[in-house]
Amino acid sequence: MLRKLIILTISIFLLIFNANAGSDGKLSLEKNEEKKQIKDCFEKLNRATFSFNQGLDKAIIKPLAEGYRNLPDPIQRGTSNAVKNLSNLITIPNNVLQGDIKTAIINTARLAVNTTIGLLGTIDAANKMGFPKYEKEDYGQTLGAWGIGPGCYIVLPVLGPSTVRDTAGSFANVLGGDPWYNASVHGNNEFLSESVYIASKALSGIDFRANNIESFENLEKNSIDFYASVKSLYLQDRENKIKNNQRGNIEVLYTEEQDWEEIDNK
Amino acid sequence: MRIKKIFSICLLYNLLITYAYSISPDVFVQSTVNRASQILSKNISKEDKINELKSIAKETVDINGVGFYSLGSARKNLNDEQKKQYFELFENYFLKSFSSRLSEYTNPKIEVFDKKVLNKNYTIVNSLLIATSERPEVKIDWRVYTKNPDNPLIRDLIIEGLSLARTQKEEFASILNSNDGNINALFKTLEDFSKN
Repeated sequence: MLRKLIILTISIFLLIFNANAGSDGKLSLEKNEEKKQIKDCFEKLNRATFSFNQGLDKAIIKPLAEGYRNLPDPIQRGTSNAVKNLSNLITIPNNVLQGDIKTAIINTARLAVNTTIGLLGTIDAANKMGFPKYEKEDYGQTLGAWGIGPGCYIVLPVLGPSTVRDTAGSFANVLGGDPWYNASVHGNNEFLSESVYIASKALSGIDFRANNIESFENLEKNSIDFYASVKSLYLQDRENKIKNNQRGNIEVLYTEEQDWEEIDNK
Repeated sequence: MRIKKIFSICLLYNLLITYAYSISPDVFVQSTVNRASQILSKNISKEDKINELKSIAKETVDINGVGFYSLGSARKNLNDEQKKQYFELFENYFLKSFSSRLSEYTNPKIEVFDKKVLNKNYTIVNSLLIATSERPEVKIDWRVYTKNPDNPLIRDLIIEGLSLARTQKEEFASILNSNDGNINALFKTLEDFSKN
């Protein structure tokens, strides 16, 4: 109970702090590029945490991801499908909170099909049945969709890039917003426990890392400031997800690029 | 009457020439990726591949335009001498970074499937990097600069919604911020990258 109270207090503090950061005059400057800029309020600390994460990645996470990649294909695919299926439990309430009832219904059906016919989510049966492409949603995205600004950029130990809003949003998972967490930690059943929950989150991270080994290597090798590249890519990705820029919806993606026009008028 | 006839023939001739030489942005992108793909699947050394990719990039990418965009607001403060120095450094940096990223792929298959004209200067061409057993399908959009329709040029690659030019611009801004806006610090970083 005390733990929940502390988390709730931190979340409220982050959101209030975020609201103040969001109202900073810098965000309303005339120049387009500065309008879009998300402040790196804790850059020194962020860079130090980023270096720590890189060390951790080289020593533990990347070797684990490489080992995972050597597992037989069906095991990798099954694990990947299972963790994706579990993420539906966070996506569905967020579909509802964003008013997207149709997608919530589709994702509920997807969860039901994959958990039963798909053998606890290890087989993506819904995809084979022609369900629309799955797009993850989380509480940070919902806060963004409700108009709450990202606030400062932060790098979290182990977890990596985030923003004040997204960090506050992720606290919602342990405050009752993630049915998988509730069932694992508070479910009082003999099969699930907190360690099962942590293991599922760790597997999800390793699966993501294993799918991006070459991309990360390539990015690091060709970046003149790797920290800034990762920050830029993370923030662009979040922006796309919050605006629900579906693949190919180029009208949404490319109409705000005033900076390119300025190049032509030079 | 005779003058009118000559004028009409000249006009028609001009139209035909324009039609023959202007290239549709999607055809331009498909032919560029086909050329790159051929090089990547050739049985030649990685160094030779990189050199051939660089020459394609020089022909098809608006390197100066991308360089100017990447500088962000700092571009307004450069004098002519600094601009000259910057474009030289940027070209070397860009060609190395671009060709090195591409040379990691062997025989990539990219299929152009759609395009959208944003305005007279820009068309976005949509393509897909076809999935293999090792990686999933990747969506790549190309920002093509079409101010001169006879000579379209690539200005940005947007991979799964992530713009390479924007990432580069934010990287450059970060280097300038860490060095109190000193442009020479950026010049040195670009130079060091190209040398290594």
